[in-house]
Amino acid sequence: MNAILEFFKDPLVFLIWTTLAKSAGILCVVLGMVSYTVYAERRVSSLIQDRLGPNRTGFPISLLGNLFGIKWRDWSPILGGLGQPIADALKLLLKEEFTPAFVNKLYFWIAPTLGIGAAIIALAVIPFGSSIAGVPMVIANVDIGPLFIFAISSLGVYGIVLAGWSSNSKYPFFGAVRSTSQLISYELALGLSVVPLFLIVGKLNLVDIVNYQVANGWTLLPGITAGKLPTLQQAALWVPSLIAFVTFTTAMFAETNRLPFDLPEAETELVGGYHTEYSSLKFALFFLGEYTAMITGASFIVTLFLGGWHCPFIPSGSLAGWPGVVCGLINIAVFFTKVFGVLLFFIAIRWTLPRFRYDQLMKLGWIWMFEVALLNIFLTAFIVAFVH
Amino acid sequence: MAYQVPRPKLTLAEKIYIPTVLAGLRITLGHLWRMLRGKTHVCMQYPEEKWDANLPDYYRGAPTLVSDEQDRTRCVACQLCEFICPPRAIRIKPGEIPSEDKFAKVEKYPEAFEIDMIRCIYCGLCQEVCPEQAIFLKKEYVINGTSRAQMVHDKAKLVEMGGLRTGLVNKWNEKK
Repeated sequence: MNAILEFFKDPLVFLIWTTLAKSAGILCVVLGMVSYTVYAERRVSSLIQDRLGPNRTGFPISLLGNLFGIKWRDWSPILGGLGQPIADALKLLLKEEFTPAFVNKLYFWIAPTLGIGAAIIALAVIPFGSSIAGVPMVIANVDIGPLFIFAISSLGVYGIVLAGWSSNSKYPFFGAVRSTSQLISYELALGLSVVPLFLIVGKLNLVDIVNYQVANGWTLLPGITAGKLPTLQQAALWVPSLIAFVTFTTAMFAETNRLPFDLPEAETELVGGYHTEYSSLKFALFFLGEYTAMITGASFIVTLFLGGWHCPFIPSGSLAGWPGVVCGLINIAVFFTKVFGVLLFFIAIRWTLPRFRYDQLMKLGWIWMFEVALLNIFLTAFIVAFVH
Repeated sequence: MAYQVPRPKLTLAEKIYIPTVLAGLRITLGHLWRMLRGKTHVCMQYPEEKWDANLPDYYRGAPTLVSDEQDRTRCVACQLCEFICPPRAIRIKPGEIPSEDKFAKVEKYPEAFEIDMIRCIYCGLCQEVCPEQAIFLKKEYVINGTSRAQMVHDKAKLVEMGGLRTGLVNKWNEKK
């Protein structure tokens, strides 16, 4: 028994099994979150549009009560609809798996996995919590976090392009072409808009960026969340941070193909875009990949601008003993709450702005966002160098 | 002929775009907030709420066979409804009333009367054509079954749905 415990405490083995446990945990949490993001999307969308949305498919809790002979309150009006994701998943599983005869089979099959793979891999470097019992709550603590995310998440477009090309059909092809050009025009702004942050923090490690925000206040609320007044430099840096936040979030919308930049899908124009020819589980994978990408993007925004897992007055998980574990868990909950808040913002924006016309999209990307992000770097550099 | 659509002059706030986004968000979230407080009037929640009480008198629901004061089905199996029915949903098998019966002079009665509710289009022509005021479209609209056979209303069902209806012409009664 002791020998087994010793084996698990061996540094290398410890690293491996904790990493595996964290990966499994984050996968479960994120996939569960995906299904309920879809539910939230449907429900919030309908509430915004003065409808009720899916409110029928509930969990049969009252049946459970009847089984044990307990007279329970009927929770279905409140919990109604919470079973919808399960019903959706079952529906997609049971649908006919149809591959049209005219597609390029190999790439047609590879494309959906590429889309979701990229989105999930990018999650690896996001610090989703402080630490629990000395184990840092990040799967891969690498020094090139943001670069890794940019590199991997731009691979996600291969899924779309391959799907569009292998479908051998005009609408998916349009979607794929649009997606490519959209990616090229927004990836630049995306990358440039976070450079000011790296100038401020001085590190490219996401864990260090969060720790900096814990010590000095969130990027968007400098000083205040750390429980002190911001210094002159911090107050001055708030302006470029805000600009960076706006450009970064906008670029993230384009990156995750969300409205107002959902040109690759554009139901009204392209019959669903790149996944027109897909059905059943392959379509579900695209769906999953899209929402996972959304969650990855939201986590990235939270990590960079909204203080990651930090909540004022709640210490990190580095405390000794049980309080440390509890605080670590609270930190994880805080992180995912923030992510969910950003996702709700994504959804609200979806029903606020109409889709951009293609040339407007290009103009916004190349003429406005790119320049603003570039100027923002100089502004930040100036403040960092001269305002003290 | 080419028609030039005048471009609107945008203010600075509109050109920057961010303020307009915020204004849009205010509207969107305003709707959400009104909805969450229950101030928005949403559509009827069907199985729980029904509009039955407000159905107009001319509402055309399921066709039914009505009975008269003597608890007789008014239908005389003339088959006019069967002939006029556009989707041919009605099937009538006429039967003869025996001569010793009190209503022997009516001569015929429907031995079987079936309306296929899958075919029925609720046009009301059967009601209109009926010379005996025997078939009426009721306000019944929840018609369901788990098989095609269940969707065919037979005579018993039609009579049950029709129920008693008084105050109609009673030409077959004994003269007073």
